[in-house]
Amino acid sequence: MKNDGFDRRAFLKGAVAGGAAAATVSLPRPAEAQGAPAPGSQGSPAPANTYAYLNPDEAAFVEALVDHMVPADQYTPKGTDLGLNTYIDRALAGGWGKGDRLYMQGPWKQGVPSQGYQLPLTPAELYRTGIAAANAYCVKTYGKSFDKITASQREEFLLGLRAGKVAFENGPPARVFFATVYQNVMEGMFADPIYGGNRNKAGWKMIGFPGVIAVHYQNVEKYRDKKYAVDPVSISDMS
Amino acid sequence: MATKLKEVDVVIVGLGWTGGILAKELSATGLKVVALERGGQRSTEADFQVPQVRDELRYVVRHDLMMNTQKDTLTVRNNVSQDALPMRRLGSFLPGDVVGGSGVHWSGHTWRWTDMEFKVRSLYEERYGKKHIPEDMTIQDWGITYDELEPYYDKFEYTAAVSGKAGNIRGKIQADGNPFEAARARDYPLPPLTPLLSQEMFKTAAQNNGYHPFPRPSANASRAYTNPDGSRFGACQYCGHCQRFGCEANAKGSAHITVIPIAMRNPNFELRTHAWVTKVLKDSSGKRVTGVTYTNVLNGEEFEQPAGMVMLCAYALNNVHLMLLSGIGAPYDPVSQKGVIGKNYCYQTGASATLFFEGRHFNPFMSAGGSNTTIDDFNANWDSDRGKHGYVGGFIVAGGFNTALPIGYRPVPGGTPPWGTAWKAATAKWYDTAMNIGMSGNVMANRYNYLDIDPTYRNAFGLPLMRMTFDYKDNEHRIGRHAAQVINDIAKSMNPTRLNPAVARTDPWTVVPYQSTHNTGGTIMGTNPKNSALNKYLQSWDCHNLFAVGANVFPHNSVYNPTGPVGALAYWTADAIKDRYLKNPGPLVSA
Repeated sequence: MKNDGFDRRAFLKGAVAGGAAAATVSLPRPAEAQGAPAPGSQGSPAPANTYAYLNPDEAAFVEALVDHMVPADQYTPKGTDLGLNTYIDRALAGGWGKGDRLYMQGPWKQGVPSQGYQLPLTPAELYRTGIAAANAYCVKTYGKSFDKITASQREEFLLGLRAGKVAFENGPPARVFFATVYQNVMEGMFADPIYGGNRNKAGWKMIGFPGVIAVHYQNVEKYRDKKYAVDPVSISDMS
Repeated sequence: MATKLKEVDVVIVGLGWTGGILAKELSATGLKVVALERGGQRSTEADFQVPQVRDELRYVVRHDLMMNTQKDTLTVRNNVSQDALPMRRLGSFLPGDVVGGSGVHWSGHTWRWTDMEFKVRSLYEERYGKKHIPEDMTIQDWGITYDELEPYYDKFEYTAAVSGKAGNIRGKIQADGNPFEAARARDYPLPPLTPLLSQEMFKTAAQNNGYHPFPRPSANASRAYTNPDGSRFGACQYCGHCQRFGCEANAKGSAHITVIPIAMRNPNFELRTHAWVTKVLKDSSGKRVTGVTYTNVLNGEEFEQPAGMVMLCAYALNNVHLMLLSGIGAPYDPVSQKGVIGKNYCYQTGASATLFFEGRHFNPFMSAGGSNTTIDDFNANWDSDRGKHGYVGGFIVAGGFNTALPIGYRPVPGGTPPWGTAWKAATAKWYDTAMNIGMSGNVMANRYNYLDIDPTYRNAFGLPLMRMTFDYKDNEHRIGRHAAQVINDIAKSMNPTRLNPAVARTDPWTVVPYQSTHNTGGTIMGTNPKNSALNKYLQSWDCHNLFAVGANVFPHNSVYNPTGPVGALAYWTADAIKDRYLKNPGPLVSA
């Protein structure tokens, strides 16, 4: 029998054994948890890209970046087909991008690396200034903006950014910008699809992460040193 | 102008584990108790339901249950020569700020700290001589003993549904437990969690190396359980979403499903959420506190809440901050070494190796918070010779998983490219086929690691931030080097396909990335008012009707997680108040 990542009998047994917990755990309706995606949801083709925060130049940078870091191959479709650009755009347009939970009072000093993020920029502002500086660097070095240079030039530029060998003139610290972008690409790849990335749970399928269904009271023994091969389940699959 | 409210018997600042225990215990005596919690109400039923709770981005990466640094944070620096700068977002540690506190999002690891900590200076001087302890290491005896605390550890373990295996019951060593633990009156309330493959492999390797592995005691109920207060727990589902999440199965020992609901049912108790305490007030003599001021963060309204007793039960760092803001006790000065508030701030150190085994299946997404097998041979084992390694303290080593979710956990062998098809190939191959062996080591108190008031930066209430001056010292580097060697020896004996070895950390402490929410000290307990802020009952030496309960009272930090003694000390303090203080209010220890 195909294991769909949600062993209902095991779940119910766990919940019954759970006593007080049973009352508080809401069971998913199987038809929704396991059925085909509704029209227009994750099963459908990627929608045309419209952006809430990124301007056209920034969008071109982000699309080129996510397709370079996550190329189409036997593991996943390419970054834009996974919605990584959409994930980043929504993150920047939302509370996180606007500096939610970020202490933004001065005075501003660079400090030492062990003191962490010290820029007077929200994440959205960091992207805006960072992409402009990155493109300026690429124009100066390669004659074209990041989205128009060759794949090997992109690779060289990104590895330089990561290693701290690329410095921006009149922009935010290149390494801070890169660390933020790289973290966001990984978030887009592996966060729940409700945030716009990880489309069709392709990031989760790539590594075998089963998603939100996680009732493993019996599986711990049953699958010890055995592959737990299931179709992952996301928040919207269960909602 | 603050609105002055009607006086109550007790005001509790912060409603997590310690506040919840005191709320329950003190309201049961008939005292009128009010708890002021800066965060909102969260409950399993409303907030921790599947599927929404299984959201790594929201809870792990964006810190949904944690302190909001936009409102309040600390400034940080490694040493006194640096300008401290604000921790602008959370990273190294994650204090909680909702009802239930950090006890909502902890993993449940529950240890008993012993006389090895409580008599640290005496024991090391006796065994290794005074010269073994560096001159700037300000460790001191705590003024309490394990025997005094034993019944309270027991009470906390049975309240919080700790699963584990005793190693020493009344002096008799038990098979499969920790043979180095101090004697306990009885076993844990619940048997150990079902071990994972990674735990079993670590256990075998540790035994082959001559060590004594045991399942880590954890407040993750291995079976359905009803605690002595009647609070009911579900069985842990090994859901892999423990640390930084609330538990949808009510299987994690948390105050919001145990002591807090019991207090809430008592008409003597009142909870006010979104109530941010800004100051503890003193009378003109300075020898008594009279209540607190707080702001309703929903509308900015300010209140004064007069009270006969004040219990500081916020996160450890916030208890220290409030003492400093309120001018209670003399602030510590690292130059003169006078003053006590802010003294002996400590943290923890760590290192880990990743082992890659082609063909194995670790299923890292199946784990409890406490799915972890540990050895204590280099910590509680007093026969482990610290002399040749030149350090005070030690470390524990462990194998297992906790909350290995894919944004944060994607092990690849060293040298793997950071993106592209080769990165994907490695990530896909190794996610299920890798395991970790990690260690946690002491940070011993040092003269130059301390907390005080920042001269520059302010919080959302216009109050100065607290400043943290902290770095690892040579003692921690030595512990780290020894631990890395032990880890790598165990790891190599397991013949992994690939190994990312453990490396001792010698870089400065940094505010990113996450390391541990085990911040200790700042208002320490001790034997006299010259060397400590509080007596052994966690009562202020300066103001006898003020108690500060939490890891802020630890004079140094152990290798173990802190919640065991935090919970035990809360019960210990509750008993001291009920049995002695209420009958005869005044200092419980004469100075």
